Amino acid sequence: MISLDRIRNFSIVAHIDHGKSTLADRLIQSTGTVAERDMQAQLLDSMDIERERGITIKANTVRIDYVARDGQAYVLNLIDTPGHVDFAYEVSRSMRAVEGSLLVVDASQGVEAQTLANVYQALDAGHEIVPVLNKIDLPAADPERVKQNIEDVIGLDASDAIPISAKTGLGIPDVLEAIVHRLPPPKGDPNAPLKAMLVDSWYDAYLGVVVMIRIIDGVVRKGDRIKMMQTGAVYGIDKLAVLKPQMQDIPELGPGEIGVFTASIKQVRDTRVGDTITHEKKPCDQPLPGFKPSVPVVFCGLFPVDANDFEALRDAIEKLALNDASFTYEMETSAALGFGFRMGFLGLLHLEVVRDRLEREYDLDLITTAPSVVFKLHMKDGEVRDLHNPADMPDLTYVDHIEEPRIKATIMVPDDYLGDILKLCQDRRGIQLNLTYAGNRAMVEYDLPLAEVVFDFYDRLKSVTKGYASFDYQISEYREDNLVKMSILVNEEPVDALSMMVHRDRAEARGRAMVEKLKDLIPRHMFKIPIQAAIGGRVIARETLSAMRKDVTAKCYGGDATRKKKLLEKQKAGKKKMRQFGKVEIPQEAFIAALKMDG
Amino acid sequence: MEDWRHAGFGLYIHWPFCQSKCPYCDFNSHVAARIDQSRWLQAFQHEIDRIGALTEGRILNTVFFGGGTPSLMEAATVQGILDRIRATWTLANDVEITLEANPGSVEAGRFDAYAKAGVNRVSLGIQSLDPDDLRRLGRMHTVDEAARAIAIAQSTFDRVSIDLIFARQNQTLSAWRDELNCALDFGTSHLSLYQLTIEDGTVFGKMHAKNLLKGLPEEDLAADMFELTQEITRAAGLPAYEVSNHARPGDESRHNLIYWRMGDYAGIGPGAHGRLTLDSARFATEAERQPTPWLDQTLTHPGSAERVERLTPEERAAEYLMFALRLKEGASLSRFQALRGSPLSAAGLAEMIDLGFLHQDGDRIRTTETGVMMLNGILRALLADRLSAG
Ligand SMILES: Nc1nc2c(ncn2[C@@H]2O[C@H](COP(=O)(O)OP(=O)(O)OP(=O)(O)O)[C@@H](O)[C@H]2O)c(=O)[nH]1
Ligand SMILES: C[S@@+](CC[C@H](N)C(=O)[O-])C[C@H]1O[C@@H](n2cnc3c(N)ncnc32)[C@H](O)[C@@H]1O
Ligand code: SF4
Ligand SMILES: [Mg+2]
Repeated sequence: MISLDRIRNFSIVAHIDHGKSTLADRLIQSTGTVAERDMQAQLLDSMDIERERGITIKANTVRIDYVARDGQAYVLNLIDTPGHVDFAYEVSRSMRAVEGSLLVVDASQGVEAQTLANVYQALDAGHEIVPVLNKIDLPAADPERVKQNIEDVIGLDASDAIPISAKTGLGIPDVLEAIVHRLPPPKGDPNAPLKAMLVDSWYDAYLGVVVMIRIIDGVVRKGDRIKMMQTGAVYGIDKLAVLKPQMQDIPELGPGEIGVFTASIKQVRDTRVGDTITHEKKPCDQPLPGFKPSVPVVFCGLFPVDANDFEALRDAIEKLALNDASFTYEMETSAALGFGFRMGFLGLLHLEVVRDRLEREYDLDLITTAPSVVFKLHMKDGEVRDLHNPADMPDLTYVDHIEEPRIKATIMVPDDYLGDILKLCQDRRGIQLNLTYAGNRAMVEYDLPLAEVVFDFYDRLKSVTKGYASFDYQISEYREDNLVKMSILVNEEPVDALSMMVHRDRAEARGRAMVEKLKDLIPRHMFKIPIQAAIGGRVIARETLSAMRKDVTAKCYGGDATRKKKLLEKQKAGKKKMRQFGKVEIPQEAFIAALKMDG
Repeated sequence: MEDWRHAGFGLYIHWPFCQSKCPYCDFNSHVAARIDQSRWLQAFQHEIDRIGALTEGRILNTVFFGGGTPSLMEAATVQGILDRIRATWTLANDVEITLEANPGSVEAGRFDAYAKAGVNRVSLGIQSLDPDDLRRLGRMHTVDEAARAIAIAQSTFDRVSIDLIFARQNQTLSAWRDELNCALDFGTSHLSLYQLTIEDGTVFGKMHAKNLLKGLPEEDLAADMFELTQEITRAAGLPAYEVSNHARPGDESRHNLIYWRMGDYAGIGPGAHGRLTLDSARFATEAERQPTPWLDQTLTHPGSAERVERLTPEERAAEYLMFALRLKEGASLSRFQALRGSPLSAAGLAEMIDLGFLHQDGDRIRTTETGVMMLNGILRALLADRLSAG
């Protein structure tokens, strides 16, 4: 067992793209944790989606052996966290398992919205914080200005912030020394009954359920019988390991250590992040407080393209939930789409990522319905109902009024783009709350309807500011507004999965944009197709998709019959990603893309 | 009457070599440094003997030398093949013997000898009358050579056809009108006018996948070009009798009509396909595609380079419909029903008639002017109940 004062546990936190994963690479590399030939950029971003999008989605843990300048050997447990606001739950969860944070700030960009949010979280978790100024190799880097910026905006002492380049490796030895000398060691009693925090878990095709734990008190060994205190499930530990980042077996884990185990866990529902693990025979008396549950803000339906895949989808969702405690799910049925799930997410990117992971990791074809927020329906009889799905909107004669969630958004932006941001927020029914300046960066606070933000606000924000704005939000309250349900009719038939709640004043514009977009997304058919937006029985926008004109093979001679038949069959199979509504086939991307629109 | 007798019996001979590979072409064509034509002749003769034995007593209506570039065959090779054919089958009085030729000067120099060997029709791969486009299509001939080849062919053979490809990169509607009118001025009695198809696996296919093939016409322009093609050829007295084929009435390609009317045809040579009805079962044959293995196998064990598959009633009926609806004359519902053992989907048919794509006249169904451009969709709708999505 390692003595507590030789252990340091920390998370690396920052705004998106400020270089957390690259810093993790350098720490892993310079300590020889991973052989040089196995290194690659953002090594810990191992999921395909992470590599494609170039962002971290899952927090990842690595155990590093480090011999400090004082000659002492230390064990460092590093958790690289995601920077995007949609994955903030990963960050807060990870922070509970460690005692300190490296706060990475891009020395050319300075403090951004998630920098701020992460500092608050770290302080809340009682962390020591070591500020690190990254990317000083960039010509635009201005470490002195950014130090001042950290002190002004966050109020954190930045005098001994460490200037580094995670890209070139400059300053990395100083970071390692600061981890050892400026972050506190964990506390814990090896002789007390076992108390361990269930930090994370995932499903591995070979090993089954893998559980990551942080030991608070006591010692756990291979073969021990342990109990999950919340669920009461009891298991025997088959395999105990640390992550380097590959699993490396270890006989025991003591206080302050972080590792993983497997235990032939059959019921994936038995593992809940935040749960406390103890010994079956000699349990601890008090469980840990657990994690705050995440509060999903964006909802949508997920349906299998092939109705026979419903059970496979259920199984996949349960397995994925092991690895992502921040989405919610419950069964749903739709007239058009059959059996599926109504899912709740922390944002639109989160929605896309979960959908992508389900499709790739579990080989499913899914249809996503229009994202929506939870509206509160105040019925005439005084009842208050949550409306998760616009398709469930009751007859208006029973509804007195409708409330929608509002957020307080904090946007930081170079002042050159301020005008664009104000216009965007105004267009989205925003109310300005505050406007302050720090250097040439403006910080604007807006009260906005969440429903206006979930679709493509973030994309728009990025494009109008060329990526220079940062955005963070909190739900503030529910407030009444003039909201109506807009239905979409394709070839005269309503498509419930495309209906949405909109503000009455914006309904025409939305409806028009929506039918135009659908006209582009739905492929031409053999007949012309009217596409309409309607409120109640009244059509507010209409487009007509003209009929296809040409679909014929130019050459077809002797041997081509076989080829031709294959071609027709292929074209038919190619329609798998399509959903039939009456006589019309709507491609699945229409459901989500139709909602990403300008203005 | 056996079904194939609706359309007759033809023989297809595939010459799998070209001087260079055109970037759009996915035919079974290869560029080879040395070709021992006497061995090829021998192999073709073996195959003729073998198929002759299977089809003894039939009258042969057509022979078609396709490719590749059959005009790279020495006249002696063509002569040797045709001699063996005449020794094997009785030829119809009006036998049509076509050879596909590229309009290079070397090829044109052989026309006379081909005619003496018995070839009475050539199909010339002109492709374009625009010098830049000829280069872009990877063609080895010039516009002048094309004109000369056409003239020589017209003075040598009874019938001449030319092939053109339209809907090329950056081609406008009016440019196509001018080009087509020029082509008609040559005065041939048959024209094959193909919309450029981007085939997987070709150079164009790969470029297209990488978005490097700029200026291809959108669906609407391609449809306009197709409609214009119908108008111009009709006015010139060479209306379409098939999706891409136009002829002065009576000068249709009889060989190709055998395919579209679902007659019998034997295929000889690498990658050649055939359809033969033997004891009232219909067989699909397909030969090994690679030239050298085909040649070696055929010389040692005639017939061994060929796969044979028996067609089900379902497949026969589907093939019939796919081919027959390409023709202006259309398809016979009773023939379809006799082949399949069950009638065509009434719902599918009614829907296509309703959309104005098909026209029914008693037992015959035909595509309308808008329908011919939508044939793939029509076939999917008519055969929807039977196409497996596997
Ligand atoms: N020039 C320069 N570029 C850097 C440095 N550190 C990181 N980068 C680049 O910044 C980009 C983002 O780096 P990441 O390490 O993926 O950032 P991250 O903070 O992990 O991002 P998320 O996990 O998505 O929040 C990459 O293109 C890196 O190559 C640096 O020190 N100098
Ligand atoms: C067997 S091919 C080639 C015959 C001859 N070797 C030649 O190129 O002239 C017959 C015709 O098919 C047409 N063709 C080939 N590939 C095509 C494509 N990708 N799209 C449209 N037409 C094509 C050309 O017009 C060609 O003349
Ligand atoms: S188009 Fe004709 S010449 Fe060109 S490669 Fe194909 S078969 Fe050969
Ligand atoms: Mg990262």
